[in-house]
Order: sequence, then structure tokens, then C-alpha cells
Amino acid sequence: MARVAMRSLNKKYDEVHAVIDVNLDIRDQEFVVLVGPSGCGKTTTLRMVAGLESITSGHISIDDKIVNELPPMDRDIAMVFQNYALYPHMTVYDNMAFGLKMRKFDRAEIGKRVQEAADILGIGQLLRRKPRQLSGGQRQRVALGRAIVRHPQVFLFDEPLSNLDAKLRVQMRVELKKLHERLGTTAIYVTHDQVEAMTLGDRVVVRKDGRVQQVGDPMELYNQPANRFVAGFIGSPAMNFVGVRLAAENGSLWAENPGMRIQVPAPLKERLGPYAGREATLGVRPEDLRIAGAGDPGELTFPAAVEVVERLGSEILLDVAVGETTMVASVEPTAPAKVHETLRLAVNPDRVHFFDNETEAAI
Amino acid sequence: MPELTGWAVVVALLAATVGVITASDKSRSRWGWLLLCLFVPPALIVLFFLPALKLYGPGEQPWRRWVFFRVPISAFVLVLLFPFYWMIITTVRPDKELYRPWQAPNYAPFWTAHPTLDHIRDLLTTTLFSTWMLNTMLISLAATAISLFCGLLAGYALSRLKFPFAGSIGTGIFITYLVPQTLLFIPLSDIIRNFKLGDSPWALILTYPTFLIPFCTWLLMGYFKSIPKELEECARIDGAPRWKAMLYIIFPVAIPGILSAGIFAFTLSWNEFIYALVFLASPDQKTVPVGVTSELVRGDVFYWGELMAGALLGSIPVAFVYSFFVEYYVSGITGSVKG
Repeated sequence: MARVAMRSLNKKYDEVHAVIDVNLDIRDQEFVVLVGPSGCGKTTTLRMVAGLESITSGHISIDDKIVNELPPMDRDIAMVFQNYALYPHMTVYDNMAFGLKMRKFDRAEIGKRVQEAADILGIGQLLRRKPRQLSGGQRQRVALGRAIVRHPQVFLFDEPLSNLDAKLRVQMRVELKKLHERLGTTAIYVTHDQVEAMTLGDRVVVRKDGRVQQVGDPMELYNQPANRFVAGFIGSPAMNFVGVRLAAENGSLWAENPGMRIQVPAPLKERLGPYAGREATLGVRPEDLRIAGAGDPGELTFPAAVEVVERLGSEILLDVAVGETTMVASVEPTAPAKVHETLRLAVNPDRVHFFDNETEAAI
Repeated sequence: MPELTGWAVVVALLAATVGVITASDKSRSRWGWLLLCLFVPPALIVLFFLPALKLYGPGEQPWRRWVFFRVPISAFVLVLLFPFYWMIITTVRPDKELYRPWQAPNYAPFWTAHPTLDHIRDLLTTTLFSTWMLNTMLISLAATAISLFCGLLAGYALSRLKFPFAGSIGTGIFITYLVPQTLLFIPLSDIIRNFKLGDSPWALILTYPTFLIPFCTWLLMGYFKSIPKELEECARIDGAPRWKAMLYIIFPVAIPGILSAGIFAFTLSWNEFIYALVFLASPDQKTVPVGVTSELVRGDVFYWGELMAGALLGSIPVAFVYSFFVEYYVSGITGSVKG
């Protein structure tokens, strides 16, 4: 159980500035996910917390104790690696017991703890096997077991599910969540998969090019993305972005481009006021678009030519052409949609986002 | 294209066979030798790579398998094994047959009607062969142990630690391996004399590492690089200081690499000739390769039977070591650790 804090953390390699001014406070028992595309410095950050990577500047503290110079073994952390890093010449039991042996626990205590961890993870019958005799999912469990036997202060996960097949990944994701609820240990989890980030994280840190883009709980990231990158990264299918020009007319504000003309909803009007007469980017999620009915006000609808219809069962994804741009709309599975048909789509006015074209920040 | 190569091999093999037959016939021997020289070397080289061409496979007609795989590979194996066969047959052949002129009517070079162990008995009783074996064993083991120890540490450091000039040090070590022994023995003999080590096993135990350490270092460096670094990082997070992570995790995982480096080092020092020839003088200090060739060739008299018996007995330990560790050795060369 511990708090982890990062203060103006930086990591520079010869050419690359991999981690730039990261500030982050992780509360006790919190499950924090670092997510971002590859090369965003998320793994480097995790390795710096583990002590495997030196810190260029700034500091990391665990429970108010600065650990910058502490070797990995003295940080009381456990890490699960992407390739599991099981010791191939040792049995599952020895793999799990290694950390305890190194810390001079007595044999009885080691046996008890390994058994306990094996029971939690359901690998009790595998203890005598070697890693090469295990399936991917079993190896994953052993790697988790090796982390939990030590009762460390912090768990570090480096893309632990990315080597599993899709079905197993979903299953292990649920188990990880349960495990965290049961043990309550502070955890930092690195992934490039936004679904994993959203489902596992108490809070999610979105990274790009070494910088933190936004920190927040999953719904906050989904509902109020801080900038265009976060908006596009979180959510699947991704948010639609359309370049628009904002025009003031008769006391109301309109977002318009050759394909559409939409009235800016009242709550956003004030903030968008200074942008009148300028370009901006409108963002709307596919699930916030629907086929317009008779009751939808004309100022929130626009014509769209259906190009592709993807029937996913629970929903239909429509790839539509709107003026010069294309958008994706997610509509209910019963919707009557045909290719080459032109229909009207309605926007949910509470859920439109606008982004500055220069800074890409949300307006 | 592989088709064509395959047929080229077959033709070359046929030509080589014709060459052998013609060369043995005196009247046409010049043409035979020409054919032999032209076709045997390329045929052997291509044969070596033939399996990689994948001209045959499951579901192919059996004749392709025979033409492109079984026959060529058997020919290759025969060529490789022939010297060993020659060694064995010469060992057990009585002197009367050995020194029979080839024009004699009952001349039969590839077979013997009266096998004998006389040469082996002579070798073991009248020469210092057992002493040479012991010397060679001692020197090879000691030199291998020293080289393996240094190679392990150097290989680990060069592949895993970050320190200034790591790259150039690695290259430097490699370059020392490239200096031929035929040049190096001259300055080394000076050093051996200055340290008064001449004519003692130490002369070799201390000079063999000059080529064994670079060799072991490079082989092990490559092997260590193939071991995922996460294994070691995980061990260090688990609470092991670097030396323990090395001892308990990296070295056990690297056993195939270590064994193959050891086998190679052992074989190299077992077969080493020039240092042993230069640095050792008294018969009771010699190693097998030097002892056999210097003590059993007296003047211009070759004691072929004893020579071959010495070669045969001398190659047994190496053959034994190889066949015993062959699996480790192969995986050590191909270098892979599966998680």
C-alpha cells in the first residue's frame, strides 16, 4: 500500500526526449493506467518507477520517500513484463519463490505464500511444471503470482495482456480487475489499448510524445476530452472531426462547412464566442449521431450520403460522406440504412466538442 | 532456379565419379584428374547447401527425394567419413600389408584380411602416448576453464553493462582473435622464455587463453544478447543484486551457450599444434598432436600404424565430448531461449 508521486519527471536519451515534465500523484490503492501510442514514453516512465531506467531530472517518491537513487530491489515493487520474463530453468514454484528466497524468508513462509498466491490465481496444480510446459494464459498467471507473493507496495504492469489472444485478454482483464479489488495494492499499468485503459483504470493518464495529455477517470476522458488527441484516442470507433467555420448570425452561433450547418448549442456559445468568424474543429462521437426523425430541429441535422454499412449486430456503423469529409455514425441495429442513400443525421447537442485548430485544445 | 542447381549438382557428382574411375586408370589419368579437380570441390560446396534449397518435401515423388537429398547427402557423408575410415583401417592393418607396394597382385588398400592390435599395443608400451594424453587432457581442461571463466565475465559485461568504450573493447577483443598463431608464437616464445615457463604445461595453459578467451567472449556475448533482458530485470526487482541475478538466472539459462563455448575451447586446445610444438621440447611434456607427429616420424621413416593409432585414440575424447553434448551444442550455436 503506497502512494507514488512523480515531480517534473524527465528522461532524455541521446537523441530522444522520451519523458517530458511528467507530474502525477497516484493515491494509495489506486489503479492508474498509462495509455498512449507507442513511443509516448509510458513504458519508460514505468521503468523509471521500477528503477530499471535512470532519471534525467525530477524525482519519483513512494510514500513520500524519494527513490531516485534506490536500486530496484529496495523499492518494494513488483513488475509484470510483457513477455512475462519467467525464469525458464525454474519450476513455477521456484519462479514464484525466487523473490522470497532472495529476501531470506524461511521455507515455511515461502511455501505458505506461494500456495496462497497459487490458490488465488488457480494455478495450484501447475507448481511443479516448467514455464515452457504452460500455455500463454497460464504463464501470465504465473507472472502475476510471482508479483503478488511478495506483497509489494506497488504493482507495475508493462502491457501484460498484449501477448494473449483476444478472448483470453478479455478474460484476464476481468481477473486483473478482481485481483486488484481483492488485494487493494496500488498499481500502475501501461498499455496502448484504450479499452484496457478504460476498463481497468480508476484513473487513466493519456500520453503522447512524452507528455501527459490528460489525467482523469475513464468517463471524464470520454465526456470531456482535454484536447483533440485524447478525444480521438479514447472511444471506439473514434470521434469524427470536421473542420468548420464559426459564424455569428441573429444572436446565435453557427458551425458551418460545405456539407453541414449546425447551430452551436447554448452552453458552448459563450466559450466559442471569440471564435466567431474563425475556423475550428468540430468533434462528435459516432454514438452521438443518429438518423434524424421528424421531431429533430433542423438546426441540429445535416444531410449525409451513406457509403458503407457495417452491421455489427448490436449496432450499425454508417460511413457517410458529409460535404467533402467523411464521418462514421453508430445507429441502432434496426435502422433502415442503405448504401448510396442520402439521409439526415441528427447531432446530440449536449455532446458536441470543439477544438482549437492551432493548439488542438478543447474549447 | 533451385531446380537447375539441383541438376547441376547431380551432373557434377556424376562427372566426379567418372573422374575418380578415369583417374585410377593410368592411361587416361590426366583427364580423370582434370574432371576431379573441376567438379569435386563445387559439388561438395553445393551439396552442403542442398538441403536448404528445399527441392523435396512432403508429398513429392520419392525419386526427387532420392536424387536431390538422399544420394547427395550420402555422398557428402561418405567423403567426410573417409579419413576416419582410413585412420581406423591403417591402425588395424599389419605392417606387412601396410608396406606392400601398390603394384603387388594382392594389394587391397581399402580392406585388411588380418586385422591386428599390434600398433595400438606398440603405441601404448613403447612410446609415451599415455603421458601425452594426460598432458593434453590437463592442459586442455585448465586452459578451457580459465578461458570460460574470463569469457563468461567479459561476455556478460560487454553484452549487458553500459560503460565507456564497451563497443571498442569488444571489437579489440575480437581483433586479437584474428592475429594468426603462426605470427603470435614468435613474440610469445620470447615471453615464455623470460618467465622461464618453457617446456612445462604452464607454457600452454597460459598461452592457449590468448585465442580461447576472445573466442569464448564473442560466442557468449552473442548468447547473452539472445537472453531477454527482462529476465534479469525481473530478478533484480525480485530482490537479487546483479551478481546473484547473473549467477542464479543468467548463467543457468545460458548453459547451452556456455557448454558449446566450453566444447569448442576444449577442442581447439586439444588439437592445437604450433604452440605445443614450439614451447615444449622434452618428450614427456608433449601433447598428443605434437608427440605423435614428432616421435613417430623418425627421420624419413613414418610409423604409419602407430601414427594412425595415436590419431585414433587422440580423437576419441573429442568425439566423446561432442556426441555427449550435441544437443546443447546445437542450441548453443543457434542461440535461442524460449520463454
